[in-house]
Order: sequence, then structure tokens, then C-alpha cells
Amino acid sequence: MSAVQRSIERGGNSAAQKSLSRRSFLGVLLGFGTVVMGAALSVPLIRFALHPLLTKTTEIGWSDIGKIDEFASLTTPAKRLIKVEQRDAWRKIISEKAIYVLPPKNGTVRILSPICPHLGCSIPWNETKQEFICPCHVAVFAMDGAKISGPAPRSMDDLESKVEDGTLKVRYQYFRQLIPTKEPLS
Amino acid sequence: MANAKGPERTEQRQSTTFRQRLYKWFDVRLGVGSILHEALDEPIPGGARWAYVFGSVLLFLFISQTITGIVLALYYVPSATSAHTTVAYIVKEVTGGSFLRSLHAYGSSAVVIVLLLHLTQTYLYGAYKGRRELLWISGCILLALMLAMAFTGYLLPWDQKAYFATTVGTNMASDVPFVGPWLKRFMRGGDEMGTLTVSRFFVAHVFIIPAVLIGFIATHVYLFRKAGAAGPPSEDPTNPKLPTQRFYPRQVAMDTVVALVMILILGCLAHFAPTELGPKADPADTQYVPRPEWYYLPIFQWLKYWRGPYAIIGIIVIPAITAALLVFVPFIDRRLERRPWRRPIAVGVFVLILGGFVAMGLMSVRDDRRDPSIAKQVAKQHQEVEQFMREPFEPEGAATSLSAPVVVVVDPLVGAGRKVYESESCDACHGENGVGTAAGPKLAGATAQKSAEELSNLLRHPTAKMIEGEMKPVDVSDEDLKALVAYIKSLK
Repeated sequence: MSAVQRSIERGGNSAAQKSLSRRSFLGVLLGFGTVVMGAALSVPLIRFALHPLLTKTTEIGWSDIGKIDEFASLTTPAKRLIKVEQRDAWRKIISEKAIYVLPPKNGTVRILSPICPHLGCSIPWNETKQEFICPCHVAVFAMDGAKISGPAPRSMDDLESKVEDGTLKVRYQYFRQLIPTKEPLS
Repeated sequence: MANAKGPERTEQRQSTTFRQRLYKWFDVRLGVGSILHEALDEPIPGGARWAYVFGSVLLFLFISQTITGIVLALYYVPSATSAHTTVAYIVKEVTGGSFLRSLHAYGSSAVVIVLLLHLTQTYLYGAYKGRRELLWISGCILLALMLAMAFTGYLLPWDQKAYFATTVGTNMASDVPFVGPWLKRFMRGGDEMGTLTVSRFFVAHVFIIPAVLIGFIATHVYLFRKAGAAGPPSEDPTNPKLPTQRFYPRQVAMDTVVALVMILILGCLAHFAPTELGPKADPADTQYVPRPEWYYLPIFQWLKYWRGPYAIIGIIVIPAITAALLVFVPFIDRRLERRPWRRPIAVGVFVLILGGFVAMGLMSVRDDRRDPSIAKQVAKQHQEVEQFMREPFEPEGAATSLSAPVVVVVDPLVGAGRKVYESESCDACHGENGVGTAAGPKLAGATAQKSAEELSNLLRHPTAKMIEGEMKPVDVSDEDLKALVAYIKSLK
């Protein structure tokens, strides 16, 4: 191989390399631009798709029970029907539920769920015996919901409540049955 | 010689880098090389130009519309009861919802604009000449399909604007001779606009038209590659003579730059001036002044002039001739001359029609501004939109179920029974409205065979099997029991 031949080959090579590197430089630049733009655009797309994970879309709101003054002089548990408003993304479901307002103690009012922690029957207040007696399997609870006897694994469940502008409010919930601890069902 | 060859070969082997070997590994299996060659090495006579970017930009916009459209469907429900609520939910509640919806809505306008630019460039450059008839016709079909996408998508938010514009749009279909009234009913899914109209437009917008569109886009690109790039107007359309440049990198760079600028503009618009949603469609509103989207304004204005016995000429004959002229132009203008200044008739007709469109659109806007009653109503409608946008999101079902009298319980006894059902926590096991849960069987529709007396008896004295399933005897007054039975029997 002569020196001249070699130099031609080398020269040709470097010219090809030059044009190739210019092509690939532009390619890299374009690719980079597109990737950056694509990434920037995918941020709102991903956030949009993940919305239900980023924010709570299902929620049970606070339900009004009545004016707090109404319950100041209670001596026995009072049954009240409340409107429970449940958000399911863009839907709102409203249903009526029963709760018990207990006679206030030291100025605080407790709210009980009437659902038996045994098997979920609705527990009525027995006026004559002054006890909550579940009609299904005769679980008996005291006036404050404490378990007295029967198959119930725990006392009656308290519901979260608050007083706002003189109105007693409650957040209705269901709890898991047949277990000794109070565990909300989502 | 034989001795010299050995070391040379090992040198070559070492010089192939890992990247090159990886590329080769894939190329052998996938044929990436030939695909890339096919896609990127398309020769362009006369070299890359900014005038050629519109086709690629349209493809890019189509992809953008597809992606934003798919994610919007995550939250959208196509029914007259829920469409508006779900769009309001997207706009007012969902993270980035207003931005993506705006990107989709502005994107549709961008598609129309770039389509017109693409069409104008192709026409002025005479790029439909030289065995490109099918390429041109497929482009015309794509134009029609894109306009159909815009038309069907416009209704989906089911706000006042969408509802009334589509009412007018579908009414126009009834002017088509012979099949008109049938066509209108076919589009609406009945005589009136309603929930079936939303379903139909949704299916057309999301399934049918996109499927056809993708097919025609593929055809269009294939035919384009088959015929080859036409090059500048001075070029011979069938036997190009100018020195060529490959599609990659210069033309690709230009296309990408314009596409990025496009998305930047759309992004800024969507962010700083998001598309608004008006109040929910109210078919009883007799005051509403419907106006179509800007690209339909020329047709809207044109139709105003054609009333009475000659309406058919303006509504059908002239548009049909115009469309036919456009579609068949490669067969009419057959000379190989491409330079626009040497094609005064072809270019003149095009400019005239385009000018007519622009003039019609402007006149429509002017008419609305000049008529004080319409201007006032349009301003009022605009205020209503602003007002609705300011209001917080209102979930579906809130308005009806909060106010007791509106609840659709015909029989007061049934209503009372529902209260008993809920207060006795029957729903704890049998579910809301008796739909049934894991703990208790479904009641809805299950009691048709039983008389009210039988049911009352069962509730008071459950059977052994019911007791086994933890059913308790219902301990309520006779009056409440009667109501409860009425309620359970009403569940369907």
C-alpha cells in the first residue's frame, strides 16, 4: 500500500466522519429537544392520570345532626336520622342513616353507631331495661355503649363528631365486624 | 499476504465499538437499518424547506390529540346526564385537567389551521401534479375526516354552546335532498338531541372516525413516499432533476422545530387562557344564540343567505361543486406546469374561494356585532360562562337528592319505607337500595312473586334459613312495616 493511497483513504474517511458527526450532532440535538419537550408534556399527563392517587376522590362528609342545645338535657340515648353525603369523584351519594346521641357528660356529646359489632344488626335502645339490646343474638350494651354481655367482640362504636356554629355534626362510618378492635371500613 | 491479513482483522474487530455491535445485533433481528433508511433518507429535490413542514406538523398534532383525547376519556362519561358534570370535574377538580382539555380543544383549532396551510402550500406549489391524484384525494378525505372530528368533539362537553351549535349543525343535515330528515334522525339517534346523540357523537369521535383517520393517514404517507417529494414549483413533478437532499437531518430538524414551536404556543394558550366550559345544556332555553366554532363560521354565514325555494342551490349545489372542484383538481388542472404565476386560473379560483371563506367568516362576526339584540345576548352568554367557571364544582346527584321534595319517590308510603329501611340498617347487609352485599342477599326485584302479607310475615318471623344467615326479625310498628314492605316491593 503506497503512502498516497493511504492518505486518500484517510482523507476520505475523515470527510465521511465529518459529515456523519454533523448528522449525528443534529440528531442528538433534535433527540434531546424532543425528549425534554416530551418529558415536560408528560408531567401534566401523568399528574392527570394519577389524580385519584394524589387527591382523595372518595370521601364521607360531615352530616348535621341538629342544634347542640337540643341534646343538653338528654337523659337517655336519642335516635336521630342523618343525611350522609358521600363523594365518589364527580358523584355525590346521599343516604339516610340512624345514629344515637348519648346524654352529654361534662359538656361533651358522644355519638354511637347503631350497628352491632357482632354481625351488623341494628341495635335498638330498650327504654324499659335502659340498655342497648341487639335483637339478633342478644348482645347487651350499657347506656354509654360499653359491652355488658352477649357475643359482641367489643363495645358499640363511637362516631367522630364535632360542634360547628352550635350545630352537632358527625362523620358516619362503618366498622369491621367480629373483631375486638374498632377498625373503619373504607 | 496471508500473514498480513491476520493482524488486520483483529484490528478491525477491536475498532468496532460496543455501540456498533449493539446496533448490529438489533439490526440483524429487527431490520432497524432499513426502516431508518426508508424513513429518513427520502430524497427531497431541491433540498429541505420550511414550506414543507406542514405534513409532519399535522402528524405530530394528530398524535398529540390522540394522547390528550385518551387521557380525557379517563374521566369523561358520554351521557346527557353525566357528560357536563364529568367535563366540569375535569376542568375544576382533576389535577392538570383544565390544561389538558384546553390542549385538546386548542389542538383541534391548530389542526384546522395547519391543514389549511398544508392544503394551500400543496395547491400553490402544484404538488398534486405528476401522478399524485390519489395522494391529493386521500388528503381531501383526511380534511373531511378532521372536520368531522371537530364537529363530533364539539358536542361532547354538553354545555349550552355545544348543545345549540350541534342542534343547528344537525338541523342542516335535514336539507340534504331525499335522505335529509332520515340523516338528521340518524345523527341524533332520534328526533331530538339527547343522551343518544351524545353516545353517537362519542362513538364517532373516539372509535369510528379515528380508525378511518389512521387508515387514511397511513395511505396518505405511503402514497407520498411512492410518488416522492415534489420539490419546488420549478421542478418537474414526474422526473425530478434538481440535486436532492435527504429528509434527515435538515427537513427533520425544520419539522421538529415547527412542531415544538406549535406545542409551545398550544401549551401557553392552554396555561394562560384555558378553554372555558359553559353552563349545562338547557334545551328549554329559547333565548340562546348558537354560534359554531370559528372554522365553521363561513359556512354558517353562507347558509344565512339561502332561504326559500332556491335554498337547495346554496346549501347543496354550490358546496358540492366546490368540494368536487377541490377533490378533482388533479384531473382538471392536468398540465405539468407547477409555477403558480403560470397557472392564473387555478390559483385565481383557489384564492377566490379562500377569500370567500375568510370574508364570510368576517361578515358573520360583523353581523353579530352590529345587531344590538344579538350582541347583548352574546355578551350575556359570555357572562354566564364566566359565572359558571367561577362556581365551585358541583357533584352529580347533589342538586336532586338534597332537597327532599325532588326525590323521585312517587308513593309517599315508599318514601317512608325507605326511611325505615335505612334507620333499621337493613342496608348494612342488603346494601343501598337493596342491591345486596356479601353479607346479605339482593332484595331489588327479588320480591315480585311474594304478596305484601307474605313479605310482612317474613320480616316479622324470618324462616330458619334466613335466621341462619343472620337475618333478625324486624321490630317496628305495623305502620312502618307496611311502609317497609311497600319500599322493598318498589325496588327494581
